[in-house]
Amino acid sequence: MSRVVLMQGNQACAEGAIAAGVKFFGGYPITPSTEIAEFMAKRLPQIGGKFIQMEDEIAGIGAIIGASLTGKKVMTATSGPGFSLKQELLGYAVITEIPLVLATVQRVGPSTGQPTSPSQGDVMQARWGTHGDHPIIALTPASVPECFSLTIKAYELSEKYRMPVILLMDEIIGHMRERIELPDSYDEIVQPQRKLPTVSKEEYKPYRGDEDGVPPMAAFGTGYHWHVTGLVHDETGFPNGSSNATQTLMDRLNAKITDHLDDIMMYEEYRLEDADIAVIAYGGTARTAYAAIDKAREQGIKVGMFRPITIWPFADEQIAKLATKVSTILVAEMNCGQLVGEVKRVVEGKVPVQLLAKYNNEAITPDEMLEAIINVEVTEPCKN
Amino acid sequence: MQKLIEKYYRSTNLPHIWCPGCGHGVVTMSIVKAIDKLQLDHDKTVIVSGIGCSSRASGYLNFDTVHSAHGRALPVATGIKLSDPELNVIVITGDGDATAIGGNHFIHAARRNINLTMILFNNNIYGMTGGQYSPLTPVNSRASTAPFGTMERNFDITELAKGAGATFVARSTAFHTQLLTDVIAKGIEHKGFSLVEAITQCPTSFGRQNKMGRASDMLKAQRDHAVTVEAAARLTPEQKAGKFLIGVLHQEEAPEYTEQYDAIIAKAQKGGK
Repeated sequence: MSRVVLMQGNQACAEGAIAAGVKFFGGYPITPSTEIAEFMAKRLPQIGGKFIQMEDEIAGIGAIIGASLTGKKVMTATSGPGFSLKQELLGYAVITEIPLVLATVQRVGPSTGQPTSPSQGDVMQARWGTHGDHPIIALTPASVPECFSLTIKAYELSEKYRMPVILLMDEIIGHMRERIELPDSYDEIVQPQRKLPTVSKEEYKPYRGDEDGVPPMAAFGTGYHWHVTGLVHDETGFPNGSSNATQTLMDRLNAKITDHLDDIMMYEEYRLEDADIAVIAYGGTARTAYAAIDKAREQGIKVGMFRPITIWPFADEQIAKLATKVSTILVAEMNCGQLVGEVKRVVEGKVPVQLLAKYNNEAITPDEMLEAIINVEVTEPCKN
Repeated sequence: MQKLIEKYYRSTNLPHIWCPGCGHGVVTMSIVKAIDKLQLDHDKTVIVSGIGCSSRASGYLNFDTVHSAHGRALPVATGIKLSDPELNVIVITGDGDATAIGGNHFIHAARRNINLTMILFNNNIYGMTGGQYSPLTPVNSRASTAPFGTMERNFDITELAKGAGATFVARSTAFHTQLLTDVIAKGIEHKGFSLVEAITQCPTSFGRQNKMGRASDMLKAQRDHAVTVEAAARLTPEQKAGKFLIGVLHQEEAPEYTEQYDAIIAKAQKGGK
């Protein structure tokens, strides 16, 4: 059973969080993500959860870090300037391994930029915005139904790997309205839940990873008396400034991602089976790509799309494989060229990697992308 | 005292990192004594700190503890308290942490009247980074970033707290430890946002730059300049000149945030009526 509704991307994201069992939202109003906070302000108290509008963006993520420590699933939402402000505590959540979901709806930047216009300019900020070496997971939805399902997935990954997960949306997807089929019941929709300690309070080491590298996490108030610090720490959770402790911590944090790439990596392949040209597009730009690829196919051009859904970690293995199958890769993004650098790094010159960049506050149109596809074929004729 | 250390400290993390003569250990013990006096549920008490000398205290205390980011103790504490109002949440912070980088969080936590108890270790200086001036460094003091003296006026943090809506405001010093324990306990018992300013000496970074002598001299200065609220009532303005008040400076009843939110939940669940 399910119900069909017309819903906005931002609302579907918030509804996905509700489905996932979010019980606490802390945030600050910012266009074009505000609908997420507004939705939460209404929905959370209805289900016994808590919503708080904090004094600034930093406090928004600070509050959800606190709430997560009490064992709750938590969310904050923001956009450009707010995403910049949240970077400090995003890094704190990485090193302290506090699960949270941060939705950010990209708008034109830098700075205030254009609050109501679409962009994909924060792709690299999602990867490296907080200081220091660190692993991160970022997921990027390309439809309203996917805003719902990926938000649930974000909670699964966040709770499973004890790390913050970024939902990297863009204004097109956030403000788009589409048909969505919602399940009637949200029970048991998130699996697995956060791991709780199975050892005694005396034996508990809050930062000793299990075999999967992930330490069980006791909720505050349950008697484990553990310490959380943004300083480099050992498995006891207390500061340890030794080079050995530093390396051990960094290696374990990174291994939580690198050892589980198969679980974390999500992508879609669209009409790629026989393709000579691969378009790599994500988020709102992927919507353009479906249409442009269909049009190009009508003209006999063998083109398909690789759509990263997990944008960080990057799909190194999949893109490297793609480069052995197609003769040209066209990366389309609403920025001056961000993810294209990652594609080039992985492709290592094996096939040409071209860029369709648009950063004038408008979405790439199907005709523009079609033209780019046609031009790719002219300049790089099919070798097969 | 040994019993309190065994019961409430993470003794394997001792000795602490504070300098000889620092008042932070005394203030920390006052917090522990207040917790013990009230017999707070050990498992339901959380200590949240920011960054700086004072904020290292959380690592020594055997509760659920958070050593958060610089200035951010209050937002994290707010999240903990609102998420689980059963928990007693005590915030440990310093003058730079709470009133400079965390100043915005401070006024809003006070305004919300959320049931947190904030102990501000005021040593008038950024000690951990080596003696830079904070918003609580008295004007015309020397600091490593004010080699010719500070020109900025300092906050009276208790007045700021009152102005921002804190419903319990108190002050004591590292010298007046019994009073400090007493006002911390009262702050914890108070329903709403409580600020306790604990004046503490930093002989290494603040005292040395301002020729205030040894730790014992700085403690004597605390003794000589502090006047209890009760004693001050009997003094003339001339007699009060150059003195500061200690004791409970302000207390009022006002709706507490987490209780108000429970009412919001009840309202939302009745369809908003």
